[in-house]
Amino acid sequence: MTSQQDIPLYDEVVNGFDDWADLISPNETSDLRKTRRQAFEKFRESGFPSIRNEDWKYTNLTRFLKDEYRLGSPAPLALSPALLAAAAIPEFDCYTLVLVNGVWEKKYNTGLPSGIDLLPIAEAKADPALAAWFERSAYGKDRHFTELNTAFFSDGLFIRMKAGSSLDKPLHIIHAFTAGYNLMVQPRHIFVLDRNAELSIVESVVSTAGDARIWVNSFTEIALQTDAKLHHALIQAAAPGVRLVNHTTVRQKKQSLYNNYTFTLPGADLVRNDLQARLEEDHTETHLYGLYLAAGQQLIDNHTLVDHQKPSCFSNELYKGVLLEQSTGVFNGKVYVHQDAQKTNAFQQNNNLVIGKKATIDSKPELEIYADDVKCSHGTTVGQFSEEALFYLRARGIGEAAAKALLINAFALDVTEKIKWSAVEAHINRLISQHIPVTHA
Amino acid sequence: MLIIKNLHAEVEEKQILKGINLTVNPGEVHAIMGPNGSGKSSLASVLAGKENYHVTEGEVEFQGKNLLTMNPETRAREGLFLAFQYPIEIPGVSNVNFLKTALGEIRNYRGLPPLDAKEFLRLSREKQKLVEFDAALVNRSLNEGFSGGEKKRNEIFQLAMLEPSLSILDETDSGLDIDALRIVSQGVNKLRSENNAFIIITHYQRLLEYIVPDFVHVLYNGRIVRSGTKELALELEEKGYDWLKEESREKAATL
Repeated sequence: MTSQQDIPLYDEVVNGFDDWADLISPNETSDLRKTRRQAFEKFRESGFPSIRNEDWKYTNLTRFLKDEYRLGSPAPLALSPALLAAAAIPEFDCYTLVLVNGVWEKKYNTGLPSGIDLLPIAEAKADPALAAWFERSAYGKDRHFTELNTAFFSDGLFIRMKAGSSLDKPLHIIHAFTAGYNLMVQPRHIFVLDRNAELSIVESVVSTAGDARIWVNSFTEIALQTDAKLHHALIQAAAPGVRLVNHTTVRQKKQSLYNNYTFTLPGADLVRNDLQARLEEDHTETHLYGLYLAAGQQLIDNHTLVDHQKPSCFSNELYKGVLLEQSTGVFNGKVYVHQDAQKTNAFQQNNNLVIGKKATIDSKPELEIYADDVKCSHGTTVGQFSEEALFYLRARGIGEAAAKALLINAFALDVTEKIKWSAVEAHINRLISQHIPVTHA
Repeated sequence: MLIIKNLHAEVEEKQILKGINLTVNPGEVHAIMGPNGSGKSSLASVLAGKENYHVTEGEVEFQGKNLLTMNPETRAREGLFLAFQYPIEIPGVSNVNFLKTALGEIRNYRGLPPLDAKEFLRLSREKQKLVEFDAALVNRSLNEGFSGGEKKRNEIFQLAMLEPSLSILDETDSGLDIDALRIVSQGVNKLRSENNAFIIITHYQRLLEYIVPDFVHVLYNGRIVRSGTKELALELEEKGYDWLKEESREKAATL
């Protein structure tokens, strides 16, 4: 346990749990209440992680934990149309759902798809038939924030696709955060795709700019049954003031496919993504693509885990980072191949362009392989602009700023071109160009 | 158009240009020849504004302006073009987007409105035809996976698109087979006019059979040691560079 004495939020959660539990859990099953209590006790013991925890070695939370936060109230807040407009993806044919501070606000729905079960978590967790999804305890060694979420979550989105079903259009889920005072919100989301179901989800994270600090501790659990396919994009474009800790666990059954595209843009003070793919049965396929563009004093940390438990699974990971100004980036990519997981194919690549003179990146690939018949590779690069490329562009009349913008876009292209919806790709490119110099073309 | 006076330059504290004098007028084609390491490509780099080259003495006037105080992009916008000896590959930057950006910036500098998509396409098609550049290459990433010849032809295509007043071709003929050499030369000949000028840097006389120069200069040891007309190139082809090296050494000894 690390010292939690100087962390006002630690006192707030430890002292506030009993009242909170009374408030949110009257309809919950006794097992869920027990799970919450256990999670709370574990968090009380471990507290918030410090740089002495291996998984937080490069991500010092001290400066973000100095502020006081109140625990999120479920009361809905009005949302500015401008914020929703900013989150919308032009020319993207999709169903849109909006969650405000983790609570689904149905009035903002644009069309509601049939053939899919959609429920607020507040309802789902009270349903005995669904209780099993909430009663499991969190996975892994580093559970500080997932325990905290398990103890406190009150709402979010429960999605289930029945066996063999699919939607005609992707689902766009907008997570909007807004507060008039410092606030901690802890949404829980659960996506379940039954056998042979297919779904495309694009999630956008946005927030209103303001003086209030918002700590989002989000936890998403995804279950992909045999032959299920999920295409999952995440666009993190929250404003300064937001501290986002985002944990996603994906459990994959036989022959399932999971594609993840994580884009993190300048704005939020802190973004910590934990993305864990647990390959629990054979012949699964997993693609993790990430692009982070950090600016200002921002800290963006991507921790990924691909856990190859069974034979003949394929995983491929490509994360690229652009670090501007005084930003800090962290990439930690762990690939764990169990002894059983023969015929594993696991590939990982992380490339970084460090542009700001005071920008830094810590990149750490971690491969643990206990099977002997596998194909695994990893690679990390950290570099600056190629002087030769810059000179070539400038020698054709392209100004230095525009030349750099071209080179950043070119660097990001390996990831952006992987998105299968062109409207989303164009949207990402626009978001990128807001933060790097614009060309005259 | 271009007046170079007593130009001295160094790279990594090594003196590489030791007093170049050269005047190029509109409508002229100048060939610069010379043995390896004589400073030919360095002269091209200095004129284009490559950062690790430092001018230690002398001046360069381009269209009445001081070229040496301009950054590389300004030189290009003023109408100077360097066809690179080794054009680099930039994966992820499409040839088209690159040219649109370059043309946009150059036009913007000259107070011209940007070309719309249709006008750009028309211009691009016209120039592709002029220099026999494969349309499929135009849409690919800049030089990525291009053959040596394709890269050189792309340089000439860019030259055609940007319509510079002074073009410097830095050993554009090196690594070209005879067909590519013919295509590149024909492109240049079509682009020649009384308003623009070319400096053609080459090691061999071969290219000059296709692009006939008005003047030929021999660069040796950082200086122009001899100037003449196209007959000088033939003489060099026949006798090699040794006699000029010898002469230059004798001159240096008597000084």
